[in-house]
Amino acid sequence: MSANAEATILITHAVGLHARPSVKFTKLAKSFAADVEIALAANGPWFDAKSIVKVMAAKAPKGTVLHIRASGGDARDAVEALVDLVRRDFDEGADHARSA
Amino acid sequence: MPAPLRLQGIPASVGYAEGPLFDLDRPPVAYAGKASSAEELKSLKAAIGKAVSRLVAMVETADSDAAGILEFHIAMLEDDALSGPAFASIASGHSADAAWRQALDAEIAGYEASDQDYFRARATDLLDIRDQVLRALTDDGEHAVPAGAILYGEDIAPTRFLQIDWSAGGGIALKAGSTASHVAMLARSRGVPMVVGLGALPAGLAGPALLDAEHGSIVVDPSPMEIASFRESLSAFAARQGDARSFLTRPALTKAGTAVRVQVNIAYPTDVDGIDIATCDGVGLMRTEFLFGKTLPDEETQYRAYRKVLEWAGEKPVTIRTVDAGGDKPVPGFTIQEGNPFLGLRGIRLSLARLDIFRVQIRALLRAAPHGNLKVMFPMIATAEEYERSAALFAEEQAALAARGIMQKMPPLGIMVEVPSVAIAPEAFAGVAFFSIGSNDLTQYVMAAARDNAGVAHLNSVRHPAVLRLIGSVAAFGRENGIPVSLCGDAGGDPASIPVLIEAGLRDLSVAPAQLATAKAAISDVAV
Repeated sequence: MSANAEATILITHAVGLHARPSVKFTKLAKSFAADVEIALAANGPWFDAKSIVKVMAAKAPKGTVLHIRASGGDARDAVEALVDLVRRDFDEGADHARSA
Repeated sequence: MPAPLRLQGIPASVGYAEGPLFDLDRPPVAYAGKASSAEELKSLKAAIGKAVSRLVAMVETADSDAAGILEFHIAMLEDDALSGPAFASIASGHSADAAWRQALDAEIAGYEASDQDYFRARATDLLDIRDQVLRALTDDGEHAVPAGAILYGEDIAPTRFLQIDWSAGGGIALKAGSTASHVAMLARSRGVPMVVGLGALPAGLAGPALLDAEHGSIVVDPSPMEIASFRESLSAFAARQGDARSFLTRPALTKAGTAVRVQVNIAYPTDVDGIDIATCDGVGLMRTEFLFGKTLPDEETQYRAYRKVLEWAGEKPVTIRTVDAGGDKPVPGFTIQEGNPFLGLRGIRLSLARLDIFRVQIRALLRAAPHGNLKVMFPMIATAEEYERSAALFAEEQAALAARGIMQKMPPLGIMVEVPSVAIAPEAFAGVAFFSIGSNDLTQYVMAAARDNAGVAHLNSVRHPAVLRLIGSVAAFGRENGIPVSLCGDAGGDPASIPVLIEAGLRDLSVAPAQLATAKAAISDVAV
């Protein structure tokens, strides 16, 4: 995939990019037309950010630097929105330690 | 009429249920194969759709914890990446049920092989997802459970629990299971009686049953006398619950007007989510063993867990106990195998033998302290030297954090009184900030009766005069020397033991959150 937009963001959520955060992450990714992928390292492997099965399979624990890349019309918006979601700790705030 | 069968387990959610047994593990109805691959595919797609719409219906009435689980299941089922391999396998000639089972089992194996606890735990969700579709394939859905039934089996999945209409009563009796599981949490919040750890129930059990989830027992095919006595316990329980609720929001006072502080014991940071801080005087015991699962927790994980509870409690005290591994709580990579673990390297003995691990916990506690009213206590202290060494480690780590410019605070340091040497000669500990009596261990050591051995359970009573005399003398020593004394064992929440504990001089009890109301009610009946 030749990416039009790329970014990296540190995952601070208590259990990482897992069940509940993944639901939010993939839902948001699917709201964009661009192809979006994530990886735990700059050289991949890359996972489809619109598939929760693939996102869960990435097994990104807390403290991981998540690589996000997208290609297509709204690639820049997609990457920006996803980075923002991770930065907001998936909007789970003080609740993040709850059983997800 | 068959002879009654009585089994004993562990209460996971208090209450009483009377109803027919329903076998959770009975083999599912066999799947009837279709004539062509096209029909197999259609039948699998229909089953996935049916499973999703059942989940969607459940989300509508679920609380936020349950909805989180359900939405995850829905998202997984709607993802082609999950069903794709099953569809491909049908195209190559497999039946819908075999194809789905094979595809999901491969996915489950991937989760089970993970080196992260959290991820490994999700294998249960995948199993649940697999079975929801398999049930939809054979159309063996929730209809099969009769209203008010007592469900028994190995374990029960959260979605299965949520599919059942509990408004007609009923309960859960599990051979295995855990009081800390998702389902136990759901059962407590819905008030569904649940008992776990019943052990090997005979296969094919059926018939009427009585579930006493206050004491953890089940009777199958009860005699008329057992039914009558069960119904008496049930109505007494209901009356007690009704009375108790009115005590929950008030401070605990005895008949004579003596104030008694009532705090809660918690095992997980999430335990506080369901407690109104206004109903208790703080956390008398926060266990930290939960952090020490299959892997040892890092400083940040611990810090976050402690801080969450401290912030929840606000100005009220939170007493965190340093890790009490060993005994009946082994931790891989930390505890050691020993012949007599209750008398071995456990609690503070283990922490002092593994300073690399202890220092991490100490730093996390020091860093969490500024976020609330923290107190820290050490388990299994037998000599003053153990306390002094532990306190010195706190001072060392505090100095190191301060040198690095990291925010920290020294909490008051106290000890558990559970080894008889401390209870007999408390004067060696005049310098500690507080005492917390661990009545479970104190009793088992005074009576020489292991608390996990049912054969000597009759000896394990906190109300034995020898145990009570020790508790009384520790309370008196504390009063004379200005050292606060509390009690955080199971006895503190037991209405039958509360009067003697208060008579022994205790004015500070810490109980399981579910026992707050009944403990306060029991205190109000005490004459002292």
